[in-house]
Amino acid sequence: MEVDKELLEKVATVARLKLSKEEIDEFIPQVKDILDYFSVLEKVDTKDVKPSFQPIELKNRLREDVVSEPLSQEKALKNSKQSQDGYFKGPKAV
Amino acid sequence: MTDELIIKAIEEAKKLNEEYNFFNTICEKPLEKELGKGKLSGYVVSVKDAINVKGVESTAGSSILDGYEPLFDATAVEKVKNEGGIIIGKASQDAFGFGTFNANVGVRKKVPLNPFDKTRSCGGSSGGCCGITQKSELKHVSLGESTGGSIVCPASFCGVVGLCPTYGRISRYGLMDYGNSLDKIGPVAKNVHDAALLLEVISGFDDKESTCAKAPVDEYSKFAGKDVKDMKIGVIKEGFGEGVNKEVAKKVKEKIEILKKKGVEVEEVSVPLSSEHSLPVYYILAMCEASTNLARYCGMRYGVATDPLKKSFNDYFSGVRSENLNKESKRRIMIGTFARMAGFRDAYYIKAAKIRTMIINEYKKLFEKYDALICPTMPVIAPKFDDIEKLTPLENYMMDILTVGPNLAGLPHITIPSGFTQEMPVGTMLIGDHFEEKKIIQLGSAIENEE
Repeated sequence: MEVDKELLEKVATVARLKLSKEEIDEFIPQVKDILDYFSVLEKVDTKDVKPSFQPIELKNRLREDVVSEPLSQEKALKNSKQSQDGYFKGPKAV
Repeated sequence: MTDELIIKAIEEAKKLNEEYNFFNTICEKPLEKELGKGKLSGYVVSVKDAINVKGVESTAGSSILDGYEPLFDATAVEKVKNEGGIIIGKASQDAFGFGTFNANVGVRKKVPLNPFDKTRSCGGSSGGCCGITQKSELKHVSLGESTGGSIVCPASFCGVVGLCPTYGRISRYGLMDYGNSLDKIGPVAKNVHDAALLLEVISGFDDKESTCAKAPVDEYSKFAGKDVKDMKIGVIKEGFGEGVNKEVAKKVKEKIEILKKKGVEVEEVSVPLSSEHSLPVYYILAMCEASTNLARYCGMRYGVATDPLKKSFNDYFSGVRSENLNKESKRRIMIGTFARMAGFRDAYYIKAAKIRTMIINEYKKLFEKYDALICPTMPVIAPKFDDIEKLTPLENYMMDILTVGPNLAGLPHITIPSGFTQEMPVGTMLIGDHFEEKKIIQLGSAIENEE
């Protein structure tokens, strides 16, 4: 797998991370090392095998569609350092 | 009596913390008025930082959550309180559970030191839980959490008992997610009985958590000390092979001899698929899941924040994340994001999930014949921080070779202190079938404190 600066910058943008030049330089060989290691799985024959998305058998569980008491606005905002007039304050999207 | 114990416990925690950094937060005002009376009366309890305790700063070990005070208790915490457990603080961990040595703590946070040698690691990621459980002179138990080995690894390095239950045994409600298909809350204790008792308290169905199982809860503590004659265990061959410290292997073999003397039938078994592929399968799944889970930490609803109006959308979120997530968090987000990107998802995530099925089947087949499997918990004793620094990230991940298999398969496993080598503790791991915690408790108690 070709791992270079361009690829890591693209991934970082998708992941909403701003990486310094030093971090990118450090990550290039490390990520390559790890992805090469992952590639051993290519050789495993998985024909007709179903993927497991968790390890025990679970059935989908649905609850009754009834109205319940939600978290109050005051409580929901309690942990936010940036709120105003009962809203979370966020950066401009456009 | 309770008031005195609370004061004493908090004083002890503060004192030990100055020397060993076991805690991220110690409760200033004890949570006494919420205390019930019950099975945990008289026990002092520490809680891994990723498990929510109402009104007590909970950061999952990451500075991006500094200042976050949960509005509710995790179900496991609520159950501890209802049974009279005294919660005294939030224990140190690798940020979000990303680590084997508790050295990947959040920016501005301190690394806990091993109770037997301060130049060595407590193990991770539930390092603080295990360190304080070893060092406290009071009746102490701890709520840890494991994704790929984060309970038994530090328990082994600190010489205490750690039990990671079956996936779904304990509600994850109120646990900050690392990998949802892998995360399990579990007990850490000074002995098997106490671990079993805590397990008994926190297990069971929870309406608030959709992957929590309905399987009946056994009276686990009654299985500690029960006769083990005629039980059958498989010794995992690969757990004693290349890369495993010979002295560690020897100590574990001594424990197997004790089981033989007590009438347990012992045979050698092999888990070739798990030994060869568990590590890459685990890291792909765990990093993919982690990279989506960490998307919610962006400096808006909780945790650290600056004035969002001064920056553009992208700059603000990326800025907060880059300044407050530590290097290992960034590394895992990067790899997980990459592996989920269009064109790579099938080759990594789906492929790994398929091999996970094969690994689960490999273990399940063995449990048709055996009550439990046995091998060393960790291939080494707790390493020195100087040596940890020299490891590449991949070499670091390799240390989880023995613990990722049972974690991927969601199998319960327990580590039992098994003597010392180079004056550092060794752990023996017993792995059981799904929802058969009672058997590993029974076998585990048969080898603790026996030489």
